[in-house]
Amino acid sequence: MSAATGPVPGTATPAPWWRRPATRVWAGVAIAAVVLFGLAPALLSDFRLNLLAKFLCLAMVAVGIGLAWGRGGMLVLGQGVFFGIGGYLMAMHMKLSDAGPGAVPDFLLLYGDGVVPGWWEPLRSPVVTILAILVLPAGIAALLGLAVFRRRVRGAYFAILSQALAAAFAILLVGQQKVTGGTNGLNGFRSFFGYDLADPVNKRMLYFIAAGVLIAMVVIVRLLMSSRYGELLVAVRDQENRVRFLGYDPANVKVVAYAIAACFAGIGGALFAPVVGIISPADVGVIPSIGFLVGVAIGGRATLLGPVLGAVAVSWAETGLSEQFPSFWTYFQGALFILVVAFLPQGFASLGGLWRRRRAAGAPAPDDPPVGSGPDAARELASTDAADGAAQEAADAARTAGRNA
Amino acid sequence: MGTGLYTPRDTARWHAVGRARTGTLASSSEAKGTPLTTHTFPLRTTRKRALALSAAALAAALSLSACGGARTADAAAGTASASGGASCVDTSGDTVKIGFLNSLSGTMAISEQTVRDSLDLAAEEINAAGGVLGKQLEIVAEDGASEPTVFAEKAEKLISSDCVAAVFGGWTSSSRKAMLPVFESKNSLLFYPVQYEGLEASKNIFYTGATTNQQIIPGMDYLKEQGKKKVFLVGSDYVFPRTANKIINAYAEANGIEIVGEEYAPLGHTDFATIVNKLKSSGADAVFNTLNGDSNVAFFKEYKNVGLTVDATPVVSVSIAEEEVGGIGVDNIVGQLTAWNYYQTVESPENSTFVAAFKEKYGDDRPTSDPMEAAYTSLYLWKGMVEKAESFAVADIQEAADGVSFDAPEGTVTVNGDNHHIAKTAYIGEIGPDGLIYSVWESDGPIEPDPFLEGYDWAEGLS
Repeated sequence: MSAATGPVPGTATPAPWWRRPATRVWAGVAIAAVVLFGLAPALLSDFRLNLLAKFLCLAMVAVGIGLAWGRGGMLVLGQGVFFGIGGYLMAMHMKLSDAGPGAVPDFLLLYGDGVVPGWWEPLRSPVVTILAILVLPAGIAALLGLAVFRRRVRGAYFAILSQALAAAFAILLVGQQKVTGGTNGLNGFRSFFGYDLADPVNKRMLYFIAAGVLIAMVVIVRLLMSSRYGELLVAVRDQENRVRFLGYDPANVKVVAYAIAACFAGIGGALFAPVVGIISPADVGVIPSIGFLVGVAIGGRATLLGPVLGAVAVSWAETGLSEQFPSFWTYFQGALFILVVAFLPQGFASLGGLWRRRRAAGAPAPDDPPVGSGPDAARELASTDAADGAAQEAADAARTAGRNA
Repeated sequence: MGTGLYTPRDTARWHAVGRARTGTLASSSEAKGTPLTTHTFPLRTTRKRALALSAAALAAALSLSACGGARTADAAAGTASASGGASCVDTSGDTVKIGFLNSLSGTMAISEQTVRDSLDLAAEEINAAGGVLGKQLEIVAEDGASEPTVFAEKAEKLISSDCVAAVFGGWTSSSRKAMLPVFESKNSLLFYPVQYEGLEASKNIFYTGATTNQQIIPGMDYLKEQGKKKVFLVGSDYVFPRTANKIINAYAEANGIEIVGEEYAPLGHTDFATIVNKLKSSGADAVFNTLNGDSNVAFFKEYKNVGLTVDATPVVSVSIAEEEVGGIGVDNIVGQLTAWNYYQTVESPENSTFVAAFKEKYGDDRPTSDPMEAAYTSLYLWKGMVEKAESFAVADIQEAADGVSFDAPEGTVTVNGDNHHIAKTAYIGEIGPDGLIYSVWESDGPIEPDPFLEGYDWAEGLS
């Protein structure tokens, strides 16, 4: 780990191993694994566990957003598209395999012409389905990203574009009722790659798969972030022009992050469909796309675990509040958002950073200088915080970029 | 309700087509467990273990606590199979839990809240009269939040965590479609109170709203009786209008009526200049309207704008009830027709009691409408079934359901044990200047439900 990152210039004495960011992150991942694989299944009922599985699927989208938005600075307001592509691909495969070889799924009989359109046919194969889920969202994002980022579309323009895409995608799904099930979406799945979905054991297994995949995603993002690419991505976010002058093409850097985020969203959608039992245009349009972002913002977009914890916490709070106060839970939700935006603009994850900074200001410990505590902490403390001032950001970015160049 | 309040209340109100025939009563039991129940038990265990191991392997590959993962997975495989199955409904005390699941937030809230209100009224009345089988009803309320996935989640919560004996609610077809697999796999009961597009019959759902042959076909019968020959179809673009229009097309062909146009607007669309111009130039002598929510306001304004009149080109609407009239503006739609199974103005002692009780509880300005009445009726029908079965168990209720009837505000309704719909009287109504709807035509007694339109020759091949 530390070999990949390299020593940070300015760190006179290396921090003891238990304080190193790498150790902390891996410890965090280990704790998450214990909680997800050990505690949650032991403590939660089948129903709650399935609910948690749903939240984990949403958290997968959040991990991708954390990468693209938190680290890459791309405000991705249309992740519902990729979530939906993954979800519909998986849903279509399940409908086709429920119908049996050569047979037509029920919704095509009801709304359509009773034939499976040629372009749905390949999804009868589980292998093709899985490949499509992994490749299609990423591929579409890559093409779109190339087209957009090469033209140097960024900021609000990119955000609007991605949101328009989500709106268009939902309208397309509704309009093509004959082959997509329209507003009802696809539902009533009976099996997941041959496993009966009505069996609680298989639902539990779906949860374990979701948990495993989510942890894998977090690890991938962590590895990416501590690589040269990760440094470059942050540099592009903070000073795109400088990175360009240094000879990199920022478009390529952004496309990779965008495609990875899309791929994660697609996988999240693909697991969401069997876990929840339905995928419909209501899960992929503008509102759910913004919903994905909310969890990330509340958790802390630029941190590793912030998006995951934020997404799960927001979903959990929504469910819990709506069960306790079915008629006015939305007010609590609104209040929560207002509080976070007003007092913790960097999300809950910034609480740790605030505390560290305050402590550092009070009694500067020699082994924990604000900048020297590792690239991750430095980024969290300085570069992501717009309020910290552009100068500091620029310095940080230049330093990062310079080191890598 | 003032015009300002007229939000897209019925977005997707009219539901999408139900479950396919493959999911009908006859086949649903064997369909449910198809992939696995055909295996012998040892094989099934192997496959579970295989999946457990793959999850564990995944965990191991991620250099996580691999042993922990595998052990947990194995333990899960062991305990979970024991916990599945039997219902947890507790009927030993002097109360019994039932669930109300309606959208109290989101776009559907304004419609579904009215249904919740009438369910609350029915529960209150039943409790005051001594409950069901001597047990007081204990309501567990949930918010479906206008999202199909939330409906599925809350339905599962009501069944598995709260252990309710039955759930009442749902409005959009997508919400029903999302809940259907939950009720089938958990073997519980849903009472769905809204008219819908038919083509569905689950043994775990009782449909107390109209199916197509109790609303759409009577609407067309009426137009035919009036000698209308050229009908124009306009609807919002989703499942209910498309399915309804499929049926209307078949009906028209068989009855010598010409369909001179079929137009769809996206949900929430409010620019009807093009569609209404097409309508005008089509020479239609009647319109069948399946538009939803806000679109109706725009449509009727434009209709008036281009000089169309109710005398020459009447509009039959199937999604405008008393609640909606105020939002559209009485001036815009006075004299237009609707097809429903209940109006606030239905004359019967039961209806007078219902309307008076509702107004007393919620205020004089609150009208009663078809879905509200169907929801109110659904609770009483469930009570009737439970009392006939002398049991709260799902299987006993399904057994006893056939023939259970209730003198509802709309008239006497009777449950059909085969398809779980109810026989209802159809009323064609005319919107009065006071915003209420008055019946101008009614069917000869209650119409037997026929969700798959099997009794109509012309409907062959529709489902």
